[in-house]
Amino acid sequence: MKDSLFTISEQRQLTESVFEMKLTGDTSAITRPGQFVNLRLDGLYLRRPISVCNLEGNRLTLVYKVVGKGTAQLSKLQPGQQLPVLTGLGNGYDTALSGARPLLIGGGVGVPPLYLLAKHLRAEDKQVCVILGFNTASELFYLQEFKALGCEVRVTTVDGSLGVKGFVTDALPERYTHVYTCGPEPMLKAVYRSIQSGGSFSFEKRMGCGFGACMGCSCKTITGYKRICKEGPVLQKEEILWED
Amino acid sequence: MGRLSVELCGIELDNPVIPASGTFGYGYEFAELYDIDLLGTFSFKGTTREPRFGNPTPRIADCTAGMLNSVGLQNPGVERVIDTELPKLARCFHKPVMANVSGFSVEDYAYTCEKLDREPQVGWLEVNISCPNVHGGGMSFGTEPAQAASVVRAVKAVTTKPVIIKLTPNVTDIVSVAKACADAGADGISLINTLLGMRIDLKTRKPILANTMGGFSGPAVFPVALRMVYQVAHAVTIPVVGMGGVSSAEDVLEMLMAGASAVEVGAANLVDPYACYTIIHELPAAMDRYGIHELKEIYGGKQHG
Repeated sequence: MKDSLFTISEQRQLTESVFEMKLTGDTSAITRPGQFVNLRLDGLYLRRPISVCNLEGNRLTLVYKVVGKGTAQLSKLQPGQQLPVLTGLGNGYDTALSGARPLLIGGGVGVPPLYLLAKHLRAEDKQVCVILGFNTASELFYLQEFKALGCEVRVTTVDGSLGVKGFVTDALPERYTHVYTCGPEPMLKAVYRSIQSGGSFSFEKRMGCGFGACMGCSCKTITGYKRICKEGPVLQKEEILWED
Repeated sequence: MGRLSVELCGIELDNPVIPASGTFGYGYEFAELYDIDLLGTFSFKGTTREPRFGNPTPRIADCTAGMLNSVGLQNPGVERVIDTELPKLARCFHKPVMANVSGFSVEDYAYTCEKLDREPQVGWLEVNISCPNVHGGGMSFGTEPAQAASVVRAVKAVTTKPVIIKLTPNVTDIVSVAKACADAGADGISLINTLLGMRIDLKTRKPILANTMGGFSGPAVFPVALRMVYQVAHAVTIPVVGMGGVSSAEDVLEMLMAGASAVEVGAANLVDPYACYTIIHELPAAMDRYGIHELKEIYGGKQHG
């Protein structure tokens, strides 16, 4: 974990509510794909956790959806502005579990952390299949980015306006060795029930500190209580205990 | 002794800055960032007799100049705190530590305090009496002077370490509770715990916290906390530890002038993990600005005579 000042270098709108922000700063504490950062914004008390989408040297890319006050404020920041950022938070995805044919499943704003993961897996020469699930075609982002990494990409939309009509679980390939997923909890649950392999599931919860001090984001697992911000956000399929 | 040093219940502190319970874990998350031996001490995560998961999530809500939490005393229970957490704590912190204790019956408090009394690194027992009394109709021990006194007596009977009673601000008359604790033999009073609050999510039209209500803390509560510290410090002769929204070196000075002997820093640690580090480093310059040579000139509200 590191607390340092990042400078915004680019901000662009990807869809009606999804933005991509690039920042430069000390990224040395970020060790794995699937980790997150915690941003301090003027006038807001708690920091806002955002998953790491890409990392190139000291350049950090965050892709986030405007859902409330914090993300709305984030979307209005301009290149050149600075932000205090806590980096290197959470356990992240373990690429050693992937096997030869990993399957990455992202739903909506759960897609971004899978990009850096896909990049790492492709660098390890894995045959990567990615399923990107959205409600409708206009919500789609990062399709070309995943294709450019050499991934096989399948898109699903609930309304059928693009790709396979239905949910991410309607587009599962026949063969895969491990599933990495991030998205809304109902999607995670559906993936959990549908897959034949092991899986790494990334969860989201309201957090206080983001680094394990406040116990705000605890959850029960088969292997004991875990803090989503510290022992998570990635939990293994066999340790997940669904709350209801 | 340095110009920042103060004394709390007979134990000298290098400075009055104490991370508050529940915002600092057992210290090691922060020890990754800075040498936590620079702290006066810290109050570790509230410990109960049995392990507790706490309340359902969401347990956190953001507010203007503060936050709500309804963590609900998640902790591994006193046995595991002693077996697992304290040895880990001892590796990154080498001063007397404040053990924060909660309970749901008088017996719980006594049991947990007796166990922690045997731990050499524990310097003080900070007894949080904001919990509901399960045997007494569910009312918090801290809202009724006689109940508060019964906890103090039970704890004092099982320990020789200084006992600091942590008070809830959610009462009509905090002075009467503080006086009852002092009369029952408490060695110190700390206050304030969080103020009961709530938020509603406009989209779902439901409370944000799964527990509906939670404790409000952060800079917004500072004036309320300061007022209560002032009232209590002027009503009892035992030392008072002030807390509630403290976020800067100036806030620390203000708390000391209100009558505190030491100051706890809570929510600030969660938004800025370096909060206590920064406050301690900025204290000398802040003291210079206000003509304070040593904190012993002002702490405990000494300027009031």
